[in-house]
Amino acid sequence: MSNDAPGAATREPVTDFEQAQASEPFQRLKRRHRSFVFPLGIAFLVWYFAYVLLADYAHEFMSTPVIGNVNIGLILGLGQFVTTFAITTWYVSYSNRRLDPLADEIRGDLAAGAHSDGGVR
Amino acid sequence: MTFAAATAESTNVGDPLLNIAIFGGFVAITLVVVLRASRNNKTAADYYAAGRSFTGPQNGTAIAGDYLSAASFLGICGAIAVNGYDGFLYSIGFLVAWLVALLFVAELMRNTGKFTMADVLSFRLKQRPVRLAAATTTLAVCFFYLLAQMAGAGGLVSLLLGIDDRIGQSVVVAVVGALMIIYVLIGGMKGTTWVQIIKAALLIAGAFIMTVWVLAIYGFNLSSLLGAAADKGGEAVLSPGLQYGLTGLSRLDFVSLALALVLGTAGLPHVLMRFYTVPTAREARRSVVWAIWLIGVFYLFTLVLGYGAGALIGKDTILAAPGGVNSAAPLLAFELGGPLLLGLISAVAFATILAVVAGLTITAATSFAHDVYASVVKKGKAGPGTEVRVARITVVVIGLLAIAGGIGVQGQNVAFLVALAFAVAASANLPTILYSLYWKRFSTRGALWSMYGGLGSAVLLIAFSPVVSGAETSMVQGVDFHWFPLTNPGIVSIPLGFLLGWLGTVTSRTLENPRIAAEMEVRSLTGYGAEEATKH
Repeated sequence: MSNDAPGAATREPVTDFEQAQASEPFQRLKRRHRSFVFPLGIAFLVWYFAYVLLADYAHEFMSTPVIGNVNIGLILGLGQFVTTFAITTWYVSYSNRRLDPLADEIRGDLAAGAHSDGGVR
Repeated sequence: MTFAAATAESTNVGDPLLNIAIFGGFVAITLVVVLRASRNNKTAADYYAAGRSFTGPQNGTAIAGDYLSAASFLGICGAIAVNGYDGFLYSIGFLVAWLVALLFVAELMRNTGKFTMADVLSFRLKQRPVRLAAATTTLAVCFFYLLAQMAGAGGLVSLLLGIDDRIGQSVVVAVVGALMIIYVLIGGMKGTTWVQIIKAALLIAGAFIMTVWVLAIYGFNLSSLLGAAADKGGEAVLSPGLQYGLTGLSRLDFVSLALALVLGTAGLPHVLMRFYTVPTAREARRSVVWAIWLIGVFYLFTLVLGYGAGALIGKDTILAAPGGVNSAAPLLAFELGGPLLLGLISAVAFATILAVVAGLTITAATSFAHDVYASVVKKGKAGPGTEVRVARITVVVIGLLAIAGGIGVQGQNVAFLVALAFAVAASANLPTILYSLYWKRFSTRGALWSMYGGLGSAVLLIAFSPVVSGAETSMVQGVDFHWFPLTNPGIVSIPLGFLLGWLGTVTSRTLENPRIAAEMEVRSLTGYGAEEATKH
């Protein structure tokens, strides 16, 4: 037999994470995160594999000179560096503007006892 | 005859004593730093995660130090010098892979885990089986990678110190292993991190100096550098195809490798563990950003260095030198700056091996002590003191195994091990990481099938591939039991890992606890309840 008479035990507040998960701000955060990282992730993987397949199977095309000894292959390869740096910068600025403030707000609410049963004292 | 010639050549290039002295200086400086850093190693969070007290830029530099192995530096420079464009292809996969870590993995892992990859993967699934599976794949990846690094150390010795005999090489492998044990045993994650930071700074600075030097020779004109490389090595070095374009099979093999490179990085346990050394998810993000810039800039340097070595030294001289392809960067250093620059670059190469094996060892030891010992064997009832003690013992055991393995594989062609480590990380770890962070329904069965299936298929395919038997460069000679035609298993094992994770989940009849799934999702995105930095 467990002793669960009111006032007999004390415990920490329990957060209802299912409620927190269903809340509008959290759903907004999740949407903002996924709607950014999923399309961008697919895009850079497609671009990377397009490049790999070109380098692997289209040697003639990649060898076409553009400026001096610099050919299309080298420009596309350096392009992979440029897009990697650009996506990194873009993601950081998106997170700073759109994700972090909202995540901070939700975390603050949770810490202040939102979606919690207040515990038993 | 050829042996004597090789010995004569290796002792002619540079001064082994100078190389050893510069490396000794590196060891002395890092030991002091490790000793100073280890004074606050009290709790498990200190030992495993450096008290989560590093900043993003520090951790990003350490990640670069962890990631840029000797294979990256010597291997890619050499590959570009000898095979031209195809060497460059390799480095692009290594870099782009970081976007997977940045966008999908780093911050969410930091928010939900404590010390290991298994913390995150077992968060909302059945603790013990999932933890055991994740620890198994962690140890497998670390073991393959570690063996490759130790074998590389033996090869470097003959190249840089002029030691060609088996006993001499074994002694150096043992010294490198013993130093690594000392660093990790005393310094824990904090010491390991500082070794990696110092090494990354030296490596990138050294590569930068050489890059500027090479560019200055060609009037800071990339086109003239490429032209000189093409004059010496033939027009083909400027186009893809020299290494991977020979047959239809080798082209397919490259697709397989590219898949493992780009998807493997975000599943490497020693990379994932570094995200726990910073106080918040935001710092984890900054770490990856720093790592991407440093690694990207470094690979741009290797492009110049590789073509520079091709132009100034030439393919034939490089291939005839003791270390073969790996000797391109050291020979270029000697050509540019004489024995002193060669000594510096040699010391950096050794420091690279030391820092990478230290990172792998602390990862494997943490996973064994925290996941296998404390959670599976002791069912979470081990005292925090005993757990760290087990971790330290594991460090010594792994160090000794690495030394034995490094001596054992000497002279064997084990270059495939790094690619295998990436393939296992991409087939066994990444599917489960992504599913458990982004797929609500994902189940214990899916995780187990994916991890064991991905690991098993990658290892099995390699065992029956031409790298082990049936080709001129195979590890085992004289017998031929290969039936898998490619040398990289990724094109089969990675889709299989994802497929098994899905199949295991949709066939599960028991549903996982939705409350814990909700908790994991809320915590992963908001950082609520995440492990905080320890204060001393």
